[in-house]
Amino acid sequence: MTTPRTVVVIGHGMVGHRFVEAIRSRDDADSWRVIVLAEEQDAAYDRVGLSSYIGAWDRSLLALPGNDYDGDPHVEVRLGLRADKIDRAGQEVVVTTADGAESRVGYDALVLATGSYPFVPPVPGHDLDRCFVYRTLDDLDGIRTAAEAAVARAAAGGRPATGVVVGGGLLGLEAANALRLLGLRPHVVEFAPRLMPLQVDVGGGAVLSRLIGDLGVDIHAGVGTASITAVPTDSGEVLHVGLSDESVIETDLLVFSAGVRPQDALARTAGIAVGERGGVLTDLGCATDDPAIWAIGECAAIEGRCYGLVAPGYSSAEVVADRLLGGDATFPGADLSTKLKLLGVDVASFGDAMGTTPGALEIIHSDGRGTYAKVVLSDDARTLLGGILVGDATAYTTLRSFVGREVPGDPASLISPAGDGVDLTGVLPDDAIVCSCNHVTKGTICAAIADGACDVAELKGCTSAGTTCGGCLPTVKKLLVDSGVEVSTAVCEHFAQSRAELFEVVSATGIRTFSELVARYGTGTGCEICKPTVASILASTSSDHILDGEQAALQDSNDHFLANIQKNGTYSVVPRMPGGEVTAEQLITIGEIARDFDLYVKVTGGQRLDLFGARVEQLPAIWRRLVDVGMESGQAYGKSLRTVKSCVGSSWCRYGVQDAVGMAVSLELRYRGLRSPHKIKFGVSGCARECAEARGKDVGIIATEHGWNLYVAGNGGQTPKHALLLASDVDDEMLVRYIDRYLMFYVRTADRLQRTAPWLESLEGGLDHLRDVVCEDSLGIAADLEAAMAAHVGGYRDEWAAVLDDPDKLSRFVSFVNAPEEPDPTIAFDGSSGRKVPVLLGMPSTQRP
Amino acid sequence: MFDRQPWETPVHLTTHETTDRPEGTPSGDPTAYPSMAPPRRVVRPGVLPPARLHDWVAACPVDRLVAGRGVAVLLSGGAQAAVFLLASGMLYAVGNIDPYSGAAVMSRGLTGDRGGEPTIASPLLKQVFSLRDGRALDDESVALPVYAVRVVDGELRVGVARAAEGVSAA
Repeated sequence: MTTPRTVVVIGHGMVGHRFVEAIRSRDDADSWRVIVLAEEQDAAYDRVGLSSYIGAWDRSLLALPGNDYDGDPHVEVRLGLRADKIDRAGQEVVVTTADGAESRVGYDALVLATGSYPFVPPVPGHDLDRCFVYRTLDDLDGIRTAAEAAVARAAAGGRPATGVVVGGGLLGLEAANALRLLGLRPHVVEFAPRLMPLQVDVGGGAVLSRLIGDLGVDIHAGVGTASITAVPTDSGEVLHVGLSDESVIETDLLVFSAGVRPQDALARTAGIAVGERGGVLTDLGCATDDPAIWAIGECAAIEGRCYGLVAPGYSSAEVVADRLLGGDATFPGADLSTKLKLLGVDVASFGDAMGTTPGALEIIHSDGRGTYAKVVLSDDARTLLGGILVGDATAYTTLRSFVGREVPGDPASLISPAGDGVDLTGVLPDDAIVCSCNHVTKGTICAAIADGACDVAELKGCTSAGTTCGGCLPTVKKLLVDSGVEVSTAVCEHFAQSRAELFEVVSATGIRTFSELVARYGTGTGCEICKPTVASILASTSSDHILDGEQAALQDSNDHFLANIQKNGTYSVVPRMPGGEVTAEQLITIGEIARDFDLYVKVTGGQRLDLFGARVEQLPAIWRRLVDVGMESGQAYGKSLRTVKSCVGSSWCRYGVQDAVGMAVSLELRYRGLRSPHKIKFGVSGCARECAEARGKDVGIIATEHGWNLYVAGNGGQTPKHALLLASDVDDEMLVRYIDRYLMFYVRTADRLQRTAPWLESLEGGLDHLRDVVCEDSLGIAADLEAAMAAHVGGYRDEWAAVLDDPDKLSRFVSFVNAPEEPDPTIAFDGSSGRKVPVLLGMPSTQRP
Repeated sequence: MFDRQPWETPVHLTTHETTDRPEGTPSGDPTAYPSMAPPRRVVRPGVLPPARLHDWVAACPVDRLVAGRGVAVLLSGGAQAAVFLLASGMLYAVGNIDPYSGAAVMSRGLTGDRGGEPTIASPLLKQVFSLRDGRALDDESVALPVYAVRVVDGELRVGVARAAEGVSAA
């Protein structure tokens, strides 16, 4: 076996990382050793999602999966090491190590993946302290520090804090949104006469400007930035940004976002050919004019052309990986279509958006205010060439897949307003790409449906369609429905309605009994599926005791006995310990109960104690003693709030920045007893160290120096999910209001036994939609949701105490109705191993003759 | 309410009257007796099973039962029955031990129907059984024993067949 050759990669961005993954996954013979030289301190992270760093400020969330190569001995990543020079003759890269010494790294092949650098126009004052660029995590940290100082200073001076973004393209609008999130009023200065000049035309730009202007962003288009001057004022230094029309903007900080340039300095000094407009010149195989040197991603000028998008970068990484392993792949070209949501505004541009094809025809539909749509057609008005959508990009997936194809029917109908538009999903060709993020074609999705995938979640699982931006999910759903797969949402054979529909029926009609509900809206007498579902809905919509009247007959065994049934028919008892707090007196009582009833005690994952092995007839006596020391049901048996796990927070911990326990206790006391489609768990951490593991919970709250970050829809269990950031730096009051709305919205709309993570996944529009509903009240239901939660909180009563006060309910807690004192003779335990465990006796004969 | 013999006067079924082996009991079953009628019929003593075939164990006043739920009854010899009252007024009794888990829990399951067949689901792993004949509806090889039930003087009684003392549908 030959010694492996060495490939050195300069740059550990998204494309550099993809290259390493590509070559390592295909190089079965381990013929290449990979050394990555990374200038940044962070291993490859999701630069496309850079803006999501804001709020959580957690670098690990942006880390690309696998960027440490999991200890692969053939990959070495050297972080924070800048390449100074390429010695082509000696096939070595010259670097300066941390101690200032020069060091050399030899290569057999060198891959340049140096990416781009932000272009800063040579305006006087561009290098002042509070001028930033928007490219790396470090840049964002700098912007954050300056923005927070500016907000404080401006508040002291009684004026709004402002920020200027130079550049109104895609990145500029991202930066403007970032400033908005940091509490600044953004100004956007764009030299071209409209925003996003590369993606949208004049009409689209006008609508875009109006929509973005409505969000409180000041737009200055058609003007250049002439000068930047620092000016002292009473409330500290500000910047004066002079524009080419002589006007001046006073601002606290400035972000340059005027485009990027390929980072080709290393290649230039090494004498490698570069493109006319910069970039390391390569052929379609991504090879430079030095046969040992390759260039990929944004720094490469492939046949003279640079691509500033990640997808073509990935393609070039794959090409080089293939070539190093003896293949002959070539760069396939790139689809520069774009669809994004900027400050909540949909913008999409695809194909020949500007209509530059000779003889191209354009059809435009705009309501002049909120939406703009244009399609570009060939001169015979039959073939779709491209288009632009602003304000509403729902047609994007379908339209983009028709680019270069003949359009069926009247082309004007493609973009006519909703209602009379034709739906083209059905006539899409099989090779049309439905999910562009993951390159999934209609044919692939239809094949999966034919193979038995019968809902959107399954299709996501087996094709990956819709798992990234989710924009294509309506199309995926449509394909499913069109294929004749009946997407049944019926609860069971007795109710054709979904749980959410039943919830609405109960709310609207005021029906309070199962028998009336099944008689009026269902069939038959119910079953073990619909009865607990309806019981949960009835419990969520009132404060009646769950064992009152006819409701008693609907509860699953756990709820019926207010304890958790175990494998031998005994129960476990879990008293509530809000936030994990317990008094000495309570702890002693729990110990005494365990001793007196001979119960097995275990600490749960939710920071409380579980007492195992109680027989039905022992439950009330156990509860009596717990209630007497001020404890109550922990609802461990219910589809309801379980626990709010917390760390000790700022009251004890030297790192804590907020009172995590106090918040956890108040939240647990607020939401205790809330019946929901599935169990709900909370976590509250007092600082970013996250000791309460809040991001593995349905509701996760992590303290910041300014308040709380609210995460939603996480869970552990079989399919672990990290919770997603819903809102950042909110104060106590807003935190509670957001949680009220989120939980009630979930309780009302989720399917039975659907936890928050799959619920959010099934929600059309996903996290953005949820944020609109919860934080922006886009459906106008926030007050209603809060009122419903207030009713729950006001009506809460401990379920155990209520049973102890009711002789009729109490009489049901017996093993045998004809021998109330008699314990069940089949229950036995074995403690010989030192741990008490149930032993099953008397398995009956189960075989039929 | 039950101070009269139930078969003397029809009792309104929101409480319940009497019942015994319901329809559909497989023939050849030693605990079976002639096919009985739908709810609301007045049960006459003449169609009650011959007393010599059963030992009747007193369970409780029938009005202690909650429609839709069950109670466990300790039988002689340590066997256990789970007795259910349905909203229709029908009473059913099956073995209390869940054949899948071996735990005595069937009386704590949820009743319902599947395509009209009255059912009981185990509270542990939710296997569903017919209340008429004890069959597990998704597994031909498993069944619960079934017992006769009747109401006398307002008292619920469970019948244990003498021929096969204890538990047996076999």
